[in-house]
Amino acid sequence: MSDGQQKKTFVITRFDPDRDDAPRKQAYEIPVHPDWKVLDALNFIKDEIDATLSHRWSCRMAVCGSCGMMVDGEPRLTCKEALSQYGDTVDVAPLANFPVVRDLVIEADGFMEKLTHVKPWIIRAKELAVEEGPMRQSPAELEEFKQFSMCINCMLCYSACPVVANEPEFIGPAAIALGHRYSLDSRDEGAADRNEIFRGEGTVFSCSFANECSEVCPKHVDPAAAVNQAKLNAVIDWATSLVLPRGGDK
Amino acid sequence: MIEVTRHDIVIVGGGAAGLRAAIAACEIDPGASIALVSKVYPMRSHTVSAEGGAAAVAREDDNFEMHGYDTVKGSDFLGDQDVIQYFVEQAPRELTLLEHWGCPWSRNEDGTVATRAFGGMSTKRTWYATDKVGFHMLHALFQHSLRFDNIVRYDEHFATKLLVDGGVVRGVAALDVRTGVVRVVLGRAVIMATGGAGKIFPFTTNGNIKTGDGMALAYRAGVALKDMEFIQYHPTGLPGTGILITEATRGEGGYVINSEGERFLATRDYGVGTKAELGPRDMISRAIIQEIEAGRGISGPYGEYVYLDLRHLGEAKIVARLPMVREISKIYIGVDPVYEPIPIRPVVHYMMGGIDTDITAATSLPGLYAAGEVASASLNGSNRLGSNSLTECLVFGASAGRNAMAFAEGSSEGSEDALRREGEEEAARIVALRGKQKGGEKLSRIRSDLHKTMESGCGVYRTQEAMNETARTVAQLRGRYADIALEDSSTVFNTELIAALEMGNMLDVAEAVANSAASRNESRGAHTRRDVPNRDDQNFLYHTLCYFDPAGPRLGKKDVTLGHWEPEERKY
Ligand SMILES: Cc1cc2nc3c(=O)[nH]c(=O)nc-3n(C[C@H](O)[C@H](O)[C@H](O)COP(=O)(O)OP(=O)(O)OC[C@H]3O[C@@H](n4cnc5c(N)ncnc54)[C@H](O)[C@@H]3O)c2cc1C
Ligand code: SF4
Ligand code: FES
Repeated sequence: MSDGQQKKTFVITRFDPDRDDAPRKQAYEIPVHPDWKVLDALNFIKDEIDATLSHRWSCRMAVCGSCGMMVDGEPRLTCKEALSQYGDTVDVAPLANFPVVRDLVIEADGFMEKLTHVKPWIIRAKELAVEEGPMRQSPAELEEFKQFSMCINCMLCYSACPVVANEPEFIGPAAIALGHRYSLDSRDEGAADRNEIFRGEGTVFSCSFANECSEVCPKHVDPAAAVNQAKLNAVIDWATSLVLPRGGDK
Repeated sequence: MIEVTRHDIVIVGGGAAGLRAAIAACEIDPGASIALVSKVYPMRSHTVSAEGGAAAVAREDDNFEMHGYDTVKGSDFLGDQDVIQYFVEQAPRELTLLEHWGCPWSRNEDGTVATRAFGGMSTKRTWYATDKVGFHMLHALFQHSLRFDNIVRYDEHFATKLLVDGGVVRGVAALDVRTGVVRVVLGRAVIMATGGAGKIFPFTTNGNIKTGDGMALAYRAGVALKDMEFIQYHPTGLPGTGILITEATRGEGGYVINSEGERFLATRDYGVGTKAELGPRDMISRAIIQEIEAGRGISGPYGEYVYLDLRHLGEAKIVARLPMVREISKIYIGVDPVYEPIPIRPVVHYMMGGIDTDITAATSLPGLYAAGEVASASLNGSNRLGSNSLTECLVFGASAGRNAMAFAEGSSEGSEDALRREGEEEAARIVALRGKQKGGEKLSRIRSDLHKTMESGCGVYRTQEAMNETARTVAQLRGRYADIALEDSSTVFNTELIAALEMGNMLDVAEAVANSAASRNESRGAHTRRDVPNRDDQNFLYHTLCYFDPAGPRLGKKDVTLGHWEPEERKY
């Protein structure tokens, strides 16, 4: 912190179920450093001004997925966004479309259940023995799913999604992208299983093509593309299954 | 007040080591109940930030003997040689399993797994998934673990104490961060997999959660912390934030240059020989400090630094092999490495020391196992080679899982009454700390004073006087810690309470680091003394043990297992 210090006011949504009936806003005016990310300001407030502020963070390098919040109304990774792009007053709120646990901390268990539901693991009719060594996979085969494997589970896409807003059970962009990622993996044989899951209620067919998820994704996963592809595969697989007892695998 | 649950085994930690242990336990007995306690959701664990790769023999021109020799030499001959041999033999198997579980390893044209060069490794044996290796390994492990419904997760539960009855570990007390309830999570064996403790230093590559909790819990339960004086400084951290720029940059051909544009690792004698930028971390970190001290650094707002230059690699290679380095450099220091060199300086990265474990991941306390960065299996000795530790998490995580299950098989549950009482006492301690108003000390001030003293006494270069001073200061900080005042009395997601509990743990770890360091009167690996510059095998070829004692730490010694490789001067 040096001379000629700039100041900004952070208007933060506070809520402690132990004592508040409803969320409230609290403003903090603090000196800011030109290199800071939004997260640095929150940590400064927590350390120096108000130790009761609760927020999640760990890696501070945009990879652990903990620090998603609404910054001036948009879902953002707070450790990634430079403060300098914001005005004199910055509004920070918990991620939209999730129940709030406290202050800036949202309930993430629902997401964890959705993730498990799509079977995000390699499914094979017969498991390989370790003695068989690594499977071969060409660089091109790797490229097929690589992008969808970049999801850090930050859940920003759920906050941006208009369908999640209306239909909280919607399994949502990231879970679909991760299920689809395994179906695209040359080592996996579980596409038919997942297609069946994707034909269920509240999954791919709930999507309204808003594309908001891909726009906010900090890792360029493009979950909207995954949803569209998964939708198509689920339909093709279903059509084929009318002809063949169990087809549609890649 | 407390809630009691019972499982077959309890694992604390959901990073690479903890998840691998959980999966190994499921493989042994798919019907067993495995508790996985983690203070953050497993995929947030700091394994996620590992960038460069994981080592295991894979190529025709490589073998176990070579991987073993590189590791023992890297350790400055303080690694246990039986452990090293076991590790190198298990390594390919473990990375293959990760492949079967979906880890997107980068590939050669023929579809085989690609390997890259890494510091101190004599051939290309580091498996990678671009430069997001920890991220991909962690998510592959976590997603694979989701298929086992006998893994019962306690997400966002902060373990505060090991519960011991009749001399055997029978579970942990853990604070449910969301509700404030203290749970007594019982099992017939416990595995610690809580990771490292970089946060005892101000400038570190480690995330906020790396506070050495598991080390402190074991220390308090009477288990020795081993070789705590050996702190690895990574040569290439970003000034200011400490965010890591992976060693894979040098594995791919990057240069380290000083203010005069000179590749000093190649042109001057820093002991790395022709390895130059691919020398081991301890040596390169010292070389950078010496360059800066000689006036060949560049000064900036966050201290002096040198450069890591990747420009000659070209954009295509940087995009294909090092996309995260480019992303991080752009976001966190405003430099695009395709066009500009990256400012870097040595940064606290990894703890070679930890809970004293043997080749089976067992500790001296029956029923307690440990694996990953929290443990010191003596694979790394006084200096770890980059890319050995992700593999270590898998090899010893798996072995901890198997051996804990075997122990649990033959162990009893202990007295539930006694364990419940222990849990209630622990709950009372936590309730008393929550929002504790009486006191004159501020948490953030204790943290910054701890940081200052650790950096001045236990940095890259050390002296007896400075280490003694740090040990004294840490003891005083303990007194001040007892007098902290807290503001937040809420039961719900009270992160101030968590930070206070973590501070207590960090003080335990710092005490062990400073006192172990002050007792080693030689220079070896990452422990480098200005006042005693040489290694002394005659008097110091042993592991340092540090035991908790309310009156101040007690130190002991443990033999190094030799037998295969003769200790020799470490020159490259
Ligand atoms: C930036 C960076 C890059 C790295 N790159 C490489 C590399 O390329 N190659 C390599 O081999 N190594 C690398 N390392 C080192 C390696 O990543 C770590 O040593 C390793 O990932 C540690 O894994 P772990 O499972 O032991 O611990 P972690 O991944 O740190 O996990 C610890 C777990 O314990 C839990 N936990 C901690 N305390 C508590 C508590 N009190 N109660 C409940 N749960 C708790 C946490 O929630 C977490 O789940 C790197 C390290 C860093 C920091
Ligand atoms: S798809 Fe993108 S926005 Fe959604 S959780 Fe994954 S990384 Fe975050
Ligand atoms: S703190 Fe890890 S993503 Fe922001």
